Amino acid sequence: MPVVTHEQGTRVWMRRTRAGDLVAWLGWLIGVALTVLCFQFISDRTIWGFVWDAPAQAADLLERSVPPRWSYAHELWRAMWDTLNIATLGTVLAIATAVPVAFLAAYNTTPSALLVRPVALFVIVASRSVNSLIWALILVIIFGPGMLAGILAIALRSIGFIGKLLYEAIEEIDPTQVEAVTATGAGRAQVLAWGIVPQVMPAFAGISVFRWDINIREATVLGLVGAGGIGMQLQASINTLAWPQVSMILILILGTVVVSEWLSARVRHAII
Amino acid sequence: MDARAAALAWRPPPLIEAAWLRWAVYGGALLYLVLALGTLEVNWQRAAEGIERGGRFLAAFFPPDFASHWREIEEGLLESLTMTVTSTVFGVILSVPVALGAARNLAPLPVYLFCRAVIAISRTFQEVIIAILFVAMFGFGPLAGMITLAFATIGFMAKLLAEDIEDIERSQAEAVRATGASWFQLLAWGIQPQVLPRFIGLSAYRFDINFRESAVLGLVGAGGIGDTLNNALDRYEFGTAAAVLLIIIAIVLACEYASGFIRRAVQ
Amino acid sequence: MLVIEGLTKRYPTGDLALDGVSLTVPKGQVMALIGPSGAGKSTLIRCVNRLVEPTAGAVRLGATEITRLGDRALRRARRRMGMIFQEYALVERLTVMENVLSGRLGYVGFWRSWFRRFPLADIEEAFRLLARVGLDHMVDKRADALSGGQRQRVGIVRALMQDPELLLVDEPTASLDPKTSRQIMRLIIELAKERNLAAIINIHDVALAQLFAERIVGLHAGRIVFDGPAAALTPEVLTTIYGEEDWSATIRKVEDGDGDGDEPPSVEAARIAAAD
Ligand SMILES: Nc1ncnc2c1ncn2[C@@H]1O[C@H](COP(=O)(O)OP(=O)(O)OP(=O)(O)O)[C@@H](O)[C@H]1O
Ligand SMILES: [Mg+2]
Repeated sequence: MPVVTHEQGTRVWMRRTRAGDLVAWLGWLIGVALTVLCFQFISDRTIWGFVWDAPAQAADLLERSVPPRWSYAHELWRAMWDTLNIATLGTVLAIATAVPVAFLAAYNTTPSALLVRPVALFVIVASRSVNSLIWALILVIIFGPGMLAGILAIALRSIGFIGKLLYEAIEEIDPTQVEAVTATGAGRAQVLAWGIVPQVMPAFAGISVFRWDINIREATVLGLVGAGGIGMQLQASINTLAWPQVSMILILILGTVVVSEWLSARVRHAII
Repeated sequence: MDARAAALAWRPPPLIEAAWLRWAVYGGALLYLVLALGTLEVNWQRAAEGIERGGRFLAAFFPPDFASHWREIEEGLLESLTMTVTSTVFGVILSVPVALGAARNLAPLPVYLFCRAVIAISRTFQEVIIAILFVAMFGFGPLAGMITLAFATIGFMAKLLAEDIEDIERSQAEAVRATGASWFQLLAWGIQPQVLPRFIGLSAYRFDINFRESAVLGLVGAGGIGDTLNNALDRYEFGTAAAVLLIIIAIVLACEYASGFIRRAVQ
Repeated sequence: MLVIEGLTKRYPTGDLALDGVSLTVPKGQVMALIGPSGAGKSTLIRCVNRLVEPTAGAVRLGATEITRLGDRALRRARRRMGMIFQEYALVERLTVMENVLSGRLGYVGFWRSWFRRFPLADIEEAFRLLARVGLDHMVDKRADALSGGQRQRVGIVRALMQDPELLLVDEPTASLDPKTSRQIMRLIIELAKERNLAAIINIHDVALAQLFAERIVGLHAGRIVFDGPAAALTPEVLTTIYGEEDWSATIRKVEDGDGDGDEPPSVEAARIAAAD
């Protein structure tokens, strides 16, 4: 923090120098201008009449969706079970693929930093950049509507997530433990199994459970594009404006998410 | 102790210590797999056809078609980007009071419970579900998308920020309080300096997430590039879809690179 | 017998860590390697089993030229060299027994080791050695639950499980209290003598080195500047190794009798005397 001397000779303490001040103000100015500009763009595409009407709409929506249609729950158990399966099987599939990819991507375990590592990193990046709903959209066209598309969509998105966190964990291990195993004359595979795997095990378990938890949320909407699970019922209910059914579905999702979050917190706690 | 007897008695350590729990976990996992795979409804014939379609889809990536529907792509892209900027700005600003309210060491109990409830709701539902509700309330278009993302941002930022505030160094905050500072001075001098770097880092990270999410909100009418993609796929214009996907990947990469850079710069 | 000839190591960063080091360590000899931080002690030890690839020079263990070996043969050669580390380098999330058995990894196949199906004789040997170092009641404890001294004893057992001809020991006592340090050093020497192993021990504690090692080699900036018996270590010698300092409190009082007078032998003389 600079001390500035005025012409009169008084010394004044300031947070930044003048130039720094100017840059900071300019930054703020640009930020605000950009936000305003962006908002202007959105506002041009908005029918403000609807927006001013929103409180009334919300009240109306609420009124129409209360009470939830409790009896509808019977038709939902199967869909919820499918949703859980999409999330779980998708996660399992993703883990099976992401583990080798992560080992190929980590600089300390990759067989070739020049050839293999970039490919593995690309797989991770491509998988991560595309939302699971978009994956589902594509897969439904390819494989037809149903759970298969959902499971694969979840898996494709999760490979990148698990792969990235796992390869970072592999790169952070303690190298001397690996060295010690190498020094015994162990082979490459044995060094991996005895020196590296035990070290990344907790991280691996934590990451997997974390992603499973996220995937349950994701799986609830895959049905909107026809990829199976409770989203299909949600879509159908919205299309027929059956709001009591919508609220029932939301309550069920809420319950499931709360339970899964509790479960994953317990598991993570047990591992660490 | 006799080494031979001990060696004979030695067993490799199991993954789970308690035997009953071990068998329960293994048995449960097996049972689940059987049930889940047993109730899996897959039309394998249709899926087999898909291989060929998949081939055509992949073929369409070369070359991707940027030109035919460029106007639509441009519009969708601008909607997504503006949505991302505004929702991140508003969400981050609004998350601060919510985070302060959700920090047990700062807020009184009723405020705490209210703020925690807001966070819980925002985090429980997938953005798309929230978007459906906001579209019903505010009408179609990017405004609904912006509000959705801002809401999700509040939940995300406030939760992490509140946790940060809850485990900041007590002594530093106390040192400021000891000077006779007011509540706001406490915030400005005792808490803000401790959580600011992470807050900036998280905001950058959330910007990144918001762009990714903005790409799907179009599916439920909340504006953005997802709409363009959906239309292209509906019309089987795989070339245009490929172009959109490539653009999304490119922007996500740029965002991720930028946010990584910002996070490293502030920490 | 270990023979090192003209060993040179230049790291990719440009540091010349070893500069033409030549050494012979016969079977059954315990040699202490001393020198200031950064002298290249760890590098020397690591070049012997090629955890660090030497830039030039040769290392021979018995009839095998280690610096010439391919991957497979190198692994086979590493089995013959047990290594003991400063920070123990146990695999922390494995149990004591698993860590000890990892010394046998060079001898069993991958799947046997994956399912922990080691030959009974190996497990028996493990129990015998653990009993020898007083840890046979802790076999199923996880390594990260042990104290420093206990960990180092597990590290010693792991190295001995390899049934080595040579022990490479890198600052075994640097993280231990003085009493435990002595116990650990005594244990290493005893076991090495019992099995007639050659040993190179890096150590910072000069007094400890004098107490336990028959031969001392001083390294300075990657070159050997002293090679002689423990008794020949005088303040002048220490000054050539470490630089100017008051050494009177460092050197162990050598049991008098040689009547050498005040004239300490020169470094060069000590070297000649020590040459076998
Ligand atoms: N991995 C490495 N990359 C580059 N330079 C290294 C590496 N390891 C060691 N060096 C350099 O090699 C020289 C010798 O290091 P070495 O670790 O062998 O010293 P040492 O005698 O064991 O020191 P200490 O007593 O501190 O353990 C030092 O100058 C060090 O900076
Ligand atoms: Mg060293």
